[in-house]
Amino acid sequence: MRFYVKGVGLVAPGLASWQEGRAVLAGQLPYQAQPLAAFSSTLLPPNERRRTTTLIKLALRVAEDALQGYPGSPVELASVFSSAEGDAEVADKICRTLLMPDRPVSPTQFHNSVHNAAAGYWAIASGSRCCSTSIAAGRESFSLGLMEAVSVALQSQQDVMLLAYDSPLPPPLQGRGYVDAPFAVALIISAQAGTGAWIEIGMTMTGERCTQPVLSMELQALRMTNPAAASLPLLALLAAGNAGTVSLPCGAECSLKLEVRPC
Amino acid sequence: MIHKPLHLTHYSMINALGTGQAASLQALLDSRSGLSQADYPRCTLPTWIGRVAGVEQAALEPSFQQFDCRNNRLARLGLLADGFAQAVAAARERYGAGRIGVFIGTSTSGIAATEEAYFTADPESGEFDVGYDYLHTHNLYSVTDFVRQFLGLTGPALTISTACSSSAKVFATANRYIAAGWCDAAVVGGVDSLCLTTLYGFNSLELVSAQPCRPWGAGRDGINIGEAAAFALLETERGSERDIALLGYGESSDAYHMSTPHPQGEGAQLAMRLALQCAGLRPEQVDYINLHGTATPSNDRSEDHAVNAVFGTALACSSTKGWTGHTLGAAGITEALFCCLSIQHKFAPGTLNTSERDPELVVPVLLENREQCVDIAMSNSFGFGGTNCSLIFGRQC
Repeated sequence: MRFYVKGVGLVAPGLASWQEGRAVLAGQLPYQAQPLAAFSSTLLPPNERRRTTTLIKLALRVAEDALQGYPGSPVELASVFSSAEGDAEVADKICRTLLMPDRPVSPTQFHNSVHNAAAGYWAIASGSRCCSTSIAAGRESFSLGLMEAVSVALQSQQDVMLLAYDSPLPPPLQGRGYVDAPFAVALIISAQAGTGAWIEIGMTMTGERCTQPVLSMELQALRMTNPAAASLPLLALLAAGNAGTVSLPCGAECSLKLEVRPC
Repeated sequence: MIHKPLHLTHYSMINALGTGQAASLQALLDSRSGLSQADYPRCTLPTWIGRVAGVEQAALEPSFQQFDCRNNRLARLGLLADGFAQAVAAARERYGAGRIGVFIGTSTSGIAATEEAYFTADPESGEFDVGYDYLHTHNLYSVTDFVRQFLGLTGPALTISTACSSSAKVFATANRYIAAGWCDAAVVGGVDSLCLTTLYGFNSLELVSAQPCRPWGAGRDGINIGEAAAFALLETERGSERDIALLGYGESSDAYHMSTPHPQGEGAQLAMRLALQCAGLRPEQVDYINLHGTATPSNDRSEDHAVNAVFGTALACSSTKGWTGHTLGAAGITEALFCCLSIQHKFAPGTLNTSERDPELVVPVLLENREQCVDIAMSNSFGFGGTNCSLIFGRQC
């Protein structure tokens, strides 16, 4: 099957947006991890904005990055949110609150603890009433998110925004999960070529692995820090504007073969 | 648009009513609630819960030790009920282990293991108990990974976690994966277990009732939390004449508020209409709706608007949360399977614990069970973040 890319978003240390990160991913500039500057959503109303967590801000940030140059309106986008850990920072705060007498969990903390919290804030920010799913699939969270997004695009004939994003676990839980550094990627995809589509991708589920675009040592290291960074070989092809093939694990014994072609 | 109906060739359940379909069916028919006064460790809230007996004694096999937590124990009990695991083993022979997808809904997974780790951490060093394994218990993928490995499946597998719509949405995703050719059959499920996070979390929003919950009731004042596991095997061909099919589904978002539903239930209306469209049905063809019906003032009011807008007031509907409690991430599939029991056994359940309907609500929910033919049933699930999912089941002719 085939789908089209109409927008890309990227937020990672040293890759603060898709525009800023392209040259690094295309191999034209060396990669240097730099801490991310603070972010404030332009779409979310202030009273909702102040309730957002680090993870929710990361998701909103990469969504807004992908919307740069996307010709459509966010209100018409279906969405898939894929996060391997979800909001461990909130979980930690709740667990510490549970230790106190009367266990005074805050209402905001609690509604922020659901895995689809980012999706909920996104819906309020974008006004979109379209189908939205929030998933987790361990190390394969990006691949399974992509499959979900493609399947929604094919079935509904709507444009779909995929976000894969994860934030490091807070100190008490550090090192116990899948994530050591923040990373977020967004792809706006469509089942049809049309206004704004600049990449065509043929997707096959297969048992085979194939050769990958070569990533620098630093980007390889980045790839290991976060399940969303499994997207890096694909992003490298998109950044260079080259055709090529990438394969990503999507299960115990299966891979996604992605044949990329600028269109 | 659904490309062809998916048959539920096998299914299983475990909840406060007991283990297996027979236990749930009998409790539904007897109008016997599974709710009990909360006696969950470290919880001092005056409330009622839908607790599953025997989880504490149901240890995992040694090869699954790293997954040990209440949530995965409950998952295992659900897989062993109603011959489900055996049915999947047979399907695995037919399709191949890599051709059956696994899609599990949960809202809190094994977070109780982390809660416990914090309680038992060394007071000096802060170090957690050496047995605490975050990745295989708390992490959201844990339950799906456990189910996948327990059933010996190697195809695509993911957790859907969208609060109270989680294990309704798994049906939609499974349909899409089968339609895309990424698997030929699917195990869908929902598992959620009691934990302090949800008990105290919902309580902080003043959404928990100190009494058995009364959906649609006058003076209703909130939910009771329950735990459950339920699973279904979805196949494109029916196994027997009696098999029930997923005829359609609709998913939408409220885009309104994080913890309060849209007052007129517009997102819920959209989900119900999309489900009808997907199934190619008119509203009057639905015989029974299993409402989300949590018994909070706001959900029931909003759902009442929505159901009236789409269906009017002339159809049978009820909430079954007075039997099981609100099983959160397991509610979608638990109540979907209650719809299947309704279809198979020709009755519409009442709304347990509710003796008087709220006069402000217009949809006349059934208070008592009613014997009637149910050929087509809809199940609603709405969650925090404004996530809505409606499923339609029936016998495909």
